[in-house]
Amino acid sequence: MSDTHAQTVTYVRDTMLPQAAPPSTAQGPVKWLRESLFSSIPYTILTIAALYVIYVLLSGFLPWLLGGVWTTANIRECREVLDGGAGGCFSVLSERWNQLLFGISYPQDGYWRPTLAFVLLFVAVAPVLFSSLPRQLLIVTALYPFIAFWLIWGGSLLVPLSALASIGIGYFVYSKLVKTSFAAGLAGGVVAAAVIWFVLSFITPSLSGVLALEEVVSRNMGGFMLNMILGVICVSLSLPLGIVLALGRQSSLPIIKMICVVFIEFIRGVPLITLLFVANVVLAYFLPPGTSFDLILRVIIMITMFASAYIAEVIRGGLAALPRGQYEGAESLGLDYAQSMRLIILPQALKISIPGIVNVAVGLFKDTTLVSIISMFDLVGMIRGPILASTDWNGVYWELWGFAALLFFIVCYGISQYSQWLERQLQTDHH
Amino acid sequence: MTTMSDPQQGSFRLSMLLNDTRYRSYTFQFIALMLLIALMAFLGVNLMRNLAEAGLNISYDFLGVPAGYDINQTLIDYNSQSSNLRAAMVGIINTLLVAFLACLTATVIGVIAGVARLSQNWLVSKLMSVYVEIFRNIPVLIWILMIYTLMTAVLPAPNAFRGDNATSSMLFDAFAFTNRGVYIPAPVWGPGSMMVVATFLLSIVAVFFYRRYAVKLLFETGKLLPTGWPTLAILIVPTILMFFVMGSPVGLDLPELKGFNFRGGIQIGAPLIALWLALSVYTGAFIAENVRAGIQAIPKGQTEAAASLGLRPKRVMNLVILPQALRVIIPPLISQYLNITKNSSLAIAVGYADITATLGGITLNQTGRAIECVLLLMLFYLTISLSISAIMNVYNNNVSLKER
Repeated sequence: MSDTHAQTVTYVRDTMLPQAAPPSTAQGPVKWLRESLFSSIPYTILTIAALYVIYVLLSGFLPWLLGGVWTTANIRECREVLDGGAGGCFSVLSERWNQLLFGISYPQDGYWRPTLAFVLLFVAVAPVLFSSLPRQLLIVTALYPFIAFWLIWGGSLLVPLSALASIGIGYFVYSKLVKTSFAAGLAGGVVAAAVIWFVLSFITPSLSGVLALEEVVSRNMGGFMLNMILGVICVSLSLPLGIVLALGRQSSLPIIKMICVVFIEFIRGVPLITLLFVANVVLAYFLPPGTSFDLILRVIIMITMFASAYIAEVIRGGLAALPRGQYEGAESLGLDYAQSMRLIILPQALKISIPGIVNVAVGLFKDTTLVSIISMFDLVGMIRGPILASTDWNGVYWELWGFAALLFFIVCYGISQYSQWLERQLQTDHH
Repeated sequence: MTTMSDPQQGSFRLSMLLNDTRYRSYTFQFIALMLLIALMAFLGVNLMRNLAEAGLNISYDFLGVPAGYDINQTLIDYNSQSSNLRAAMVGIINTLLVAFLACLTATVIGVIAGVARLSQNWLVSKLMSVYVEIFRNIPVLIWILMIYTLMTAVLPAPNAFRGDNATSSMLFDAFAFTNRGVYIPAPVWGPGSMMVVATFLLSIVAVFFYRRYAVKLLFETGKLLPTGWPTLAILIVPTILMFFVMGSPVGLDLPELKGFNFRGGIQIGAPLIALWLALSVYTGAFIAENVRAGIQAIPKGQTEAAASLGLRPKRVMNLVILPQALRVIIPPLISQYLNITKNSSLAIAVGYADITATLGGITLNQTGRAIECVLLLMLFYLTISLSISAIMNVYNNNVSLKER
């Protein structure tokens, strides 16, 4: 052993060699390609198969989209213009644009009203969604239901104004009484609102011409507007109802708990379409003889009940996920049930439940298409009924279904991206 | 102190119903119960009055009356003279059929897509996330109608298969995709086919015992038996041998073009295919997300610990990752199965004769028995949902970590 080292030259390197660049196969795009696309033979095969799938999809889709015709009056003209080419007849969209968005019977000169309500929706929702916006914008949110009702359904502005007044006074009474007891505040507020509404309802009919827009009845709503109306109303109504149901299900009072459990499990056990059947053909039997509710209102009631059961389950998950100490801490501060729920438990539980609530909201918005089955003319109903059945456009399937799919995709994908963003924002713990 | 702050016994005053927390809960519950009873009574009285006004009553006699309509896809004997009850039975079986098929394919699609989304291969994982996002965010009703349109408007009519210069041809001479549905070969069970089936069932049992023996051997002696190819061999070889010993008793009835339509084989109608495919790809996207979340929920340390014990990647997956991931995946998976069953009620949109389309659709419209039909319909779905939830609870109790 020692012989081998006897000949060693006494040399020690005192400067570092300059760092060599990595080989060309281990840097830049080549490295990325090798690692993420061609790392092994099975992966290479997989990559090539995926590329082929993408090629097949795009080679069918792009000529259809780019070679499409946008300006013909019916399918025969469109086919003449296309002359056997691969393009799509998108002229059905431009020709039936208003029908797709607003349905058949909404007054033509009133299209600006739902459009404006739609634009205002973003202003109203923005301060709720993004907490960095100025809080004063919440006033728009509070006023939005009344403005939107007036814009979409028309009639005198006094009707929504009197509703606003009664709710405002009810809230005032509530805020005065809530310091003594939450139950008293709630009861007083509801009673005050009802009284004011009752009194004002004597005045408003005589002034029906004041600040009036042309009145539109509910059955004239249609197209994508109907999906939006149902989605927005039912989600916003089902949220408070869902909170109440979730609290009831977690409650220690056996009777209230039982009522909530039966309601939630029943609603979650049946498909939405059966509830829509109830709205369509059964509900009328359970109302006092002579009352005529219009269909859209009955559908709103049923969809709201449906959504609130699901939201209740999501919130129950949030309530159950809170550590026991939060409940005990609230009690040890001497807060009563309403206070501890309002100030300690619900703010945390709702925060945990946001992703779930958004999922329910997206699902609910997609489910609004089901109303086409009970012959309401929402977007899907319009396409299946008046448009595909007309001789002008019988046979233009893919353009219409693609358009419907695109509209729903934009809304639902947007909402789910928002929820993921919010989840990252609300993450207060650090992993 | 304690004696001082103890409430005095036997001095109940009426105001304590509101002010004393011990009695206030009774007040609230009493009020809630009264409100509920009042609501029920209100609805009940209205129902009675409305029924009396319309000259109707609640009766289930219509179930025994001949239905008077035809159903094109039935698994049990049915004709237009059969009773409404029979029609509802056909509907129930059709619902269960499409739900079962869709659950199977949705699971396969979902597991593949979910695993592929976690793939190291960038292109594949992006392709899968595009699939998941597109299918999750578009209503299932639109998918059903789109695939139905594909089936009826794009696929060729049977007469396109005719003649020497036919524009369409059958796949392997056994499968025909037409706008009237898909025709597939039907098995013909000749005499002695029972033996073949019995052999196959016995081989499944044999596989089960072989695997148990392999595990036992491993635990006792540390000797590792191969399980992959023996399983396959036990499954296939005896059945094929028996098949030839019995003289090929099981044949295939191939669909053939006769007249204006295909004859023979099994016809799967366009509505069933549309519903099945749409439910599979739609729910598959949700299941893919569940699978991905389940696998990602397992900390990386588990894989590393298993590897440091010397396990190979396949065994790491089978013995360490999957058993833990399944605990996370299975509960949402079962609720997706429930969703498939409930979404199968959209069959009515494409005319597939499920329970909603027969009992809640045609029977309801023909007899006018709205309340009874909708009630039975809800009862059916409730039974399915509640029994699946019950099974799920039992399962959850079995797999949940036993915390002490």
